Amino acid sequence: MIPLAVATAVAFLAALGMIFLYAPLEAVQGIPQKIFYVHVPLAWSTLVAVILLLAASLAFLWKRQPANDRLARSAAEVGALLATLVLITGSLWGKAVWGTWWTWDGRLTSTLVLWFLLVGYVLYRALAEGPREQTARVAAVIGVVAALDVPVIHLSVQWWRTLHPQPVVLRAGDVGGGLPGSMFATLLVSLAAFTLLLAVLVLARYRLAELEDEVEALWLRPALRRAPAGARTAPVL
Amino acid sequence: MSYLVAAYLLLWIGLFAYLTHLGARLRRLRDELRALARER
Repeated sequence: MIPLAVATAVAFLAALGMIFLYAPLEAVQGIPQKIFYVHVPLAWSTLVAVILLLAASLAFLWKRQPANDRLARSAAEVGALLATLVLITGSLWGKAVWGTWWTWDGRLTSTLVLWFLLVGYVLYRALAEGPREQTARVAAVIGVVAALDVPVIHLSVQWWRTLHPQPVVLRAGDVGGGLPGSMFATLLVSLAAFTLLLAVLVLARYRLAELEDEVEALWLRPALRRAPAGARTAPVL
Repeated sequence: MSYLVAAYLLLWIGLFAYLTHLGARLRRLRDELRALARER
């Protein structure tokens, strides 16, 4: 965990150095275009988090192993954070370039739908009462539904041609071809930094989920369940 | 320029707030585990 965190910090320093010292200023947008180097990697990490959520949710529905549920709730919470940051950075970039904080464009709206689904997942896990197994099963279904939005987000710019630009990096048969080499290299370093950050956050959240399960298991043991009235009650984790 | 500064600032504030939140939850759970272990 610590070597991974150090690698993430180094990657972020390299990315910031490249963004502000190496990547050229874009001719039309100028300085606000540098939001691109965090907005796109944030969107990428969100999609990876949701794919993790999908894989862990399906694995949980199939095998019913608590480890898969822990991974699913870790990926969902980190995904919700990253999706929030995607919307914030996108909104600021939109205001600078389009002159509006928000528009009901296909890409923006489908990303907002994903945000609602992820925040809904996190709230459901925090507030649901009842057997853990049942809560985990319902949450896994929400996780799968959230992941169904990923292809919609990806294809939204082709389905509904409104304000959000067409892909410049992942174009069919021409990866990175829409960008000058120095911008593409900077984007790749930033993508690596945010992917490492995702790994660190999911691992840290997974460790927390292990502790939550340990505490809950201790509360559910018979000796503690028979605690006298007025004794401490189980915490909401 | 101000939009760029706001985007980077909010990004770091968001990440830092989440890490602080995780740290606080971790400490609370460890305390809870210790208290439960003492009770048993």
